[in-house]
Amino acid sequence: MNAATARIERTTSAYRAGLTLLIAAACYEAVARSGAFPAALLPTLPKVASTLWALILDGTMLEHAGYTMYRVLFGLVLAVAVALPLGILMGRFRPVENFFLPLASALMPIPSLAWVPVFILWFGLGNTVAILIVFYAALFPMLLNTWSGVRAVNPLWLRAAGAMGADERALFWKVIIPGASPFIITGLRQAFLRAWIAVVGAEMLAASDWGLGWVIFDAKEFLNADVMLAALAVIGAIGFLFERLVFGSIERATVMRWGMVRTAKG
Amino acid sequence: MSAPVRPHYREAMSDLAPAASPTVVAAASARRGESRLKVVARTAFPFLVVALAWEVTAHLGIFPRKLFPPLEEVAAALVRLTADGVLPHHVLDTLVRLLAGFALAAVAGVAIGFAMGRSRRAEDVFLPLVSIGAPIPGLAYAPLFLLWFGLGNMTAVLLVAFVSAFPIIFNTWTGVKAVKDIWVRSAQAMGADNRRLLHHVILPGALPYVLTGLRLGLAQAWRILVGVEMLAAVSWGLGWMIFGAREFLNTDVMLAGVVVIGAIGLALEKLVFQRLEQYTVVRWGMMS
Repeated sequence: MNAATARIERTTSAYRAGLTLLIAAACYEAVARSGAFPAALLPTLPKVASTLWALILDGTMLEHAGYTMYRVLFGLVLAVAVALPLGILMGRFRPVENFFLPLASALMPIPSLAWVPVFILWFGLGNTVAILIVFYAALFPMLLNTWSGVRAVNPLWLRAAGAMGADERALFWKVIIPGASPFIITGLRQAFLRAWIAVVGAEMLAASDWGLGWVIFDAKEFLNADVMLAALAVIGAIGFLFERLVFGSIERATVMRWGMVRTAKG
Repeated sequence: MSAPVRPHYREAMSDLAPAASPTVVAAASARRGESRLKVVARTAFPFLVVALAWEVTAHLGIFPRKLFPPLEEVAAALVRLTADGVLPHHVLDTLVRLLAGFALAAVAGVAIGFAMGRSRRAEDVFLPLVSIGAPIPGLAYAPLFLLWFGLGNMTAVLLVAFVSAFPIIFNTWTGVKAVKDIWVRSAQAMGADNRRLLHHVILPGALPYVLTGLRLGLAQAWRILVGVEMLAAVSWGLGWMIFGAREFLNTDVMLAGVVVIGAIGLALEKLVFQRLEQYTVVRWGMMS
């Protein structure tokens, strides 16, 4: 396929994608304006946009988003701080693996939200519960991916590095860590996705006064569907930005530069 | 000329990238060829240590007994609830909801994914919608669904279906695109019509991905359902059981519920999907 046809096809795709979104928005707008459903339940798009704008301008939305980010990042950092060393140890030392792997496989199938009521009883409503739930949700993807990454390092590389006189420290930093990095980054991504889901649920259930999940849940009481949709848009935008910008650039700066994975090219 | 892979694809699909699954975990111990007894003992050891630590903490009375019950109380709660039929009722309702939601998602997700994989037009239409919907955590939709569909079963089932449809769509789509071009062309050269092409080449070729999608979808459904049951105030269901127990400080009931939830999650993964994989893709030599 030559470049010109590819470009034409890409333009057609972009055009069709835009058209789809427009049509979807128009359909929604038509249904909302038809009055078949109460306006409080199905607000029109301009109303949602103006609510979002107003909430951003008076700073409440930013504060909610700030609280949510604080909880997610705190929990995520905790999870990485525990899971990364533990995963590496599990991958390198058999006894550590033998001890922690069964525990991890038993705890993993329990959804993080199932712990919410237990944690509420133990720690009360508020930040602690949300952070711990995020920690729990993010821990296992990180742990298992690190572990399999370390185990997946090609033994040939280890032996080659050893033969060329690398000591334990060099082996660890120059061979094992770069070799395991695609898995570790995948783990981090999955951990963030899980954490992002968990924080919204935890905020709804263990409500404190701030947080995007709490806004959505609280808006239900007052039938403020516009606030809900506005908060949904913010949640989606933050999740999307993180996925694209943060993890995309981490990946480019590490594994792609080291040639561990190739970029998706047609 | 291979089908161009869209740049979106890799980003949207972090679930497909090299990832550890519980299958890997199980395989690791089997591979070493140790005696069965030794494997059992080695697996049981960490649980014994943790249980012992729990027991000691509970009996020392550092935390109120109501909040941190010893394991025998949790076990007693489990037995009591099972015997009087409360727990089975909760489990049954939860499973029915899960299956209803998941079945909806599987049918819709595989159909949309297939259409996206086979037709450029369908891909252009659905991809933007799916890419917008997917990054929003499923539970964030819960209050909206509650508002639209009211408290109860309807909301829970629809939300589970909606949320678990995304991984199914993405994986089916990728799977259909990943079918080797040369298989399709050789089948066509040997005179396969569209129907046979679909049935004998594309379906088996995409199946490993479709199964991955279904598995991820089911896991997603399970995680969401527990949360939804807490929010949607259904009258029966495991999520509700543990959330309701909070009111009366019944930590033993909660922990018993958490154990059951974990066991069901594990069973779904091990019994349902590994079996299914054995019978299809592994037998067909698509995967080892």
